[in-house]
Amino acid sequence: MTVQVRVEDKLFQNRYLVDAGRPHITVRPHTKPSETLLALTTVCPAGCYAETESGQVECTPDGCMECGTCRVLAEASGDIEWNYPRGGYGVLFKFG
Amino acid sequence: MIEERFDAIVIGAGMSGNAAAYTLASRGLKVLQLERGEYSGSKNVQGAIMYASMLEKIIPDFREDAPLERHLIEQRFWMMNDRSVTAMQYRSDDFNEDKPNRYTIIRSQFDKWFSSKVKEAGAIVLAETTVTELMQDAYGKVIGVRVDREGGKIMADVVVIAEGVNGLIGQRAGLRDAPKPDQVALAVKEMHFLPSDVIESRFNIKGDEGVVIEAIGTLSQGMTGMGFIYTNKESISLGIGCLISDFAKTRISPAKLIEDFKAHPAVAPLIAGSEVKEYAAHMIPEGGYKAIPQLYGDGWVVVGDAAQFNNAVHREGSNLAMTTGRLAAEAIFQIKSRRDPMTKENLALYKKMVDDSFVMRDLKKYKDMPALLHTNSQNFFKTYPELVAKAMENFVRVDGTPKVEKEKATFKAWRAARGIRGLVGDVVKLARAWN
Repeated sequence: MTVQVRVEDKLFQNRYLVDAGRPHITVRPHTKPSETLLALTTVCPAGCYAETESGQVECTPDGCMECGTCRVLAEASGDIEWNYPRGGYGVLFKFG
Repeated sequence: MIEERFDAIVIGAGMSGNAAAYTLASRGLKVLQLERGEYSGSKNVQGAIMYASMLEKIIPDFREDAPLERHLIEQRFWMMNDRSVTAMQYRSDDFNEDKPNRYTIIRSQFDKWFSSKVKEAGAIVLAETTVTELMQDAYGKVIGVRVDREGGKIMADVVVIAEGVNGLIGQRAGLRDAPKPDQVALAVKEMHFLPSDVIESRFNIKGDEGVVIEAIGTLSQGMTGMGFIYTNKESISLGIGCLISDFAKTRISPAKLIEDFKAHPAVAPLIAGSEVKEYAAHMIPEGGYKAIPQLYGDGWVVVGDAAQFNNAVHREGSNLAMTTGRLAAEAIFQIKSRRDPMTKENLALYKKMVDDSFVMRDLKKYKDMPALLHTNSQNFFKTYPELVAKAMENFVRVDGTPKVEKEKATFKAWRAARGIRGLVGDVVKLARAWN
């Protein structure tokens, strides 16, 4: 089974209220990403993490479903900082 | 600052938070419930199956107006490899009863209903309000919460922490640890919409009857995990969840995993032509009995998913959440009625009530199961499903090979894969963990 997946297509149906300019996840500045950060580029179900051209891992949490997977993997090591979005912002599940 | 002081603040409006807030408010306590979503339910995700008897203990006549999808009359257990399914099916007309036992629900709708009951019972529900931290006095006693609204401090005699599996607040206050990657699964889920008559003919049901399919095997690609397909009235909930430690180790993409599950030859016809209206992700507590944290302290209790209350073997979470939320509320009510303070010593009553209930007794029964399944995932979720598939094919396919030779081939394959010791050992380990 080889199915091509574009996560953006999957997120397209979801509802979000993005808190512009106040991302609720931040990646600690680094020159070379840790193994954990690299893992997040595939493990995040919303595809929020990506490697930049210069080899760092960055997070764009606009499509974040607030599952907390990255928090469980990378908060304790200090690789990322995770907060809830402000009240009312973030993902708004229609069905859940 | 909100000047009022509350008997209890409930953080979160999921199953456990709503159960707690409803139970407290309906007994006359002054309750404030805080929810960070746009409305109660907008951050909540579940499969979802709802167990009637646990809700009946809170709202006995819920069937009158709760948004229920289908009552379940059939359960299918699937063991899959990439091409086949070996299934066990239990279907009983006894489940077509006056007061059905299990229902599928859609959480955002169900939670809105539950929240309306909480408000009717007299609680103040404040949505779009994120709790940023617990307020503690010099001795560590929890005395209230800080929220992301102007003024932001609210005081209460006791705080019920119902913040869910991804709860930050209790952890930040040092009341419990964050879940470890091998104690939580990540589940991804899609809502597939189809006309109700199409769902009914594809699943061989009528009226409000419903079917549950739970699947293990190569769909989790060697990870500890499980797929599910639940029938709602006009939609099918389909998803797959695997341990986060396995996702991290294998670097498998959850978005790809669910696509592969949907493309399986036994799954694709069930959802053919459907319109997908949502893609959701949520964590599921999987640590079991051994992962349950400290449940109470001075001025606080923790309930539901936040306390890892989930029975991974039976796929029960929301009923444990409702039950622990209710028990916490009943304990608080008893203490309050005696005019005693909400000290750690007094709130130990909640733990005792949980210990005496089915919640802890069930979790204790399966206390060794998470470790067994989590450390033997290749065997249980890949090797055995492949062996079972091959054995079934040998049994079913008629091609002139003498049966004796077919049976020999099956036995040889099993022995080659796990060895006699391995096979016996796996059976013994599984039987022990079950008991």
